[in-house]
Amino acid sequence: MGKITVAKAIVKALETEGVKIVFGIPGGAILPLYDELRNSQIRHVLVRHEQGAAHMADGYARSTGKVGVCITTSGPGAANLTTGIATAYMDSSPVIAITGQVATPLIGNDAFQETDATGITIPITKHNELAINPFEIPKLLKKAFYLCRTGRKSPVLLDFPIDILKTKIEFDYPSSVKIEGYEPIPHLDHHLIEESIKLIKNAKRPLIIAGGGVITADASAQVFELVEMLQIPIVTTLMGKGSFPETHSLYIGLMGMHGTKYANFAVQHADCILAIGTRFSNRSTGPLDTFARQAKVIHIDIDAAEIGKNVNVEVGIVGDANDVLSKMISFFKQSGFNRPGKWGRWNETIAKIKRRISHTPEPGMRVPYIVSELYKNYPKCIIVTDVGRHQIWSAHFYKVLEPRKFITSGGLGTMGFGIPAAIGAQIGNPEKKVICIVGDGGFMMTCQEIATAAAYNIPIVVLIMNDSRLGMVWQLQDVFYNKQYSAVDFKKEIDFAKFAIALGTKGIRIEQKEKISEALDRAFNSSGPVIIDFVVKKDEKVYPMVVGKSLEEMIE
Amino acid sequence: MRYTIATLVEDKPGVMTRMAGLFSRRGFNIESLTVGKTDKIGRSRFTIVVEGDERILNQVTKQLQRLVNVIKVKHIENSESIQREYALVKIKDQIEKRAEILNLVEIFKGKILDASDETLVVEATGNEKDIDTAFRLLEAYNIIESIRTGKISLERGKQLI
Repeated sequence: MGKITVAKAIVKALETEGVKIVFGIPGGAILPLYDELRNSQIRHVLVRHEQGAAHMADGYARSTGKVGVCITTSGPGAANLTTGIATAYMDSSPVIAITGQVATPLIGNDAFQETDATGITIPITKHNELAINPFEIPKLLKKAFYLCRTGRKSPVLLDFPIDILKTKIEFDYPSSVKIEGYEPIPHLDHHLIEESIKLIKNAKRPLIIAGGGVITADASAQVFELVEMLQIPIVTTLMGKGSFPETHSLYIGLMGMHGTKYANFAVQHADCILAIGTRFSNRSTGPLDTFARQAKVIHIDIDAAEIGKNVNVEVGIVGDANDVLSKMISFFKQSGFNRPGKWGRWNETIAKIKRRISHTPEPGMRVPYIVSELYKNYPKCIIVTDVGRHQIWSAHFYKVLEPRKFITSGGLGTMGFGIPAAIGAQIGNPEKKVICIVGDGGFMMTCQEIATAAAYNIPIVVLIMNDSRLGMVWQLQDVFYNKQYSAVDFKKEIDFAKFAIALGTKGIRIEQKEKISEALDRAFNSSGPVIIDFVVKKDEKVYPMVVGKSLEEMIE
Repeated sequence: MRYTIATLVEDKPGVMTRMAGLFSRRGFNIESLTVGKTDKIGRSRFTIVVEGDERILNQVTKQLQRLVNVIKVKHIENSESIQREYALVKIKDQIEKRAEILNLVEIFKGKILDASDETLVVEATGNEKDIDTAFRLLEAYNIIESIRTGKISLERGKQLI
């Protein structure tokens, strides 16, 4: 093969890596790449703001398990990506960002649209590189994909100066790459598994905490088998939602700051916790000094640095949850463990508390009711949320049975994530229905991407919970700032149905509870994107919420 | 406690920024940090002295290992290793005190590297304690400028990073 430009080499690498779709916006420094994209089978989705491109790639990655790719130009293009990259980074989502850069002789001169893209993104990427040596580019591209999708999955950014993009190179794409010191799948110490089994067997009140890592490691089947085999109760973190079927009798619920009373009870009273793929974030644990004081913790995580970072552990196992749990299951079987009724009383204690608490939301123009109507009429959708009260209500009232069907910005808590992430998820899952549940505050942060959904006829259904205020912040001020509200009221109500129509989609405005299910039916039977603007009751708080010194001190 | 951590890295632009960023972002308290080339082409070695407890040591080591440019990280036990630091001290003093100063420099096996009408530049090498001693002895005189390199360290015997 003769020489080709670096721009063409990038396209070829993307094709070889199985990339079918990229999200982005062109601009001066990245034009050589866009020129080559024209001749490729790779589909390009032109977004309206670079942040949207990153969230779309992220939503695509989370919902499919594949690498999501976004492309932007230098300077503002790269800078605008950062919120999206940081969001993906915090939730360990495999995203590759390709940015243009000013020509190498201009780097450092404060040239037009120059920004230090690699410098800016050091703390929010697993790795990034400025491509200055054209001859190393095939290896660099391979390395980016390898890093992105192995070990702890995370964003990787590659920055290409425009003169490099135009340089001709021999394109010899390596089939693998070795990075010294990088061990994506560490050696598994069987002794630690035996140790864990001993702890679980001797426990009186064992509990599994499943985090987002179960989903990224595709380990849901193993978790299911383990729970069924041992008859151990299980809770999930917000990121772990969907890692275990929520209708299962051993599923307790969501733990954490906005978790359920009974899930938090189970955590605080367990004497042995098997934590899988969770980083024990403060939103999950509450104050660490009171967290699960009675429990011996076994922690499985792909990232060695997570073990012992926040919570002291009895046994720490660094490894892929899928592998580790498969081994654990076979070790349990070999050991002849056969007492599924062993923890019956512990299960019954939790179930009793769970039964006491009602789960049927009162009818009304209220988010819990709308979400439960959605669940009743349209279960099994992919739910993408934004960030705020609706996010928590969605987590509580929409039961998810499978992984990759509840997509939310858990770590960074990025308002504006919902709409573009839903578009990415819908593109990755054309045969499934993708619903975006979003507040009016978050919607306005990336609402321009509705135009993208309209342009490509991406049939997402957007449910806006419109209360004309920043509801979660309002609640925080209500509870923690003595009802002294500051800068949470938008003052003027927006008619999002009209907005939707202006951007070329269908829009429905609903102000009465009787019309909720009819509106949902209309939206679901529509062929393109639809926005339903639910004018919801103000002054509604999302409970339970941890307010005290431990996970059990909650307002209900 | 103070811990010494040796870190072998790829000699590439940005590695220093990544490490410095990591320390500040995670709130690690770095006492000293030295870096230099090694016998292997394309490999630099950092010696990092960090203040903290076992948990901090554990986190620093693991977080460093997460950086893709980092090849190896190893905690080096002080008792099992050779540790060296280098210092330069500039003193401004009366000529009549020079004999005293020379005597002191002799005691800590230092050297006078430069002398002018009013100033002396003293060199000191040794482990951290040796350098501390040198500074303590010279404190009585008028130190107008000084610099310490921070520690470098190699394990004794056949041990490698």
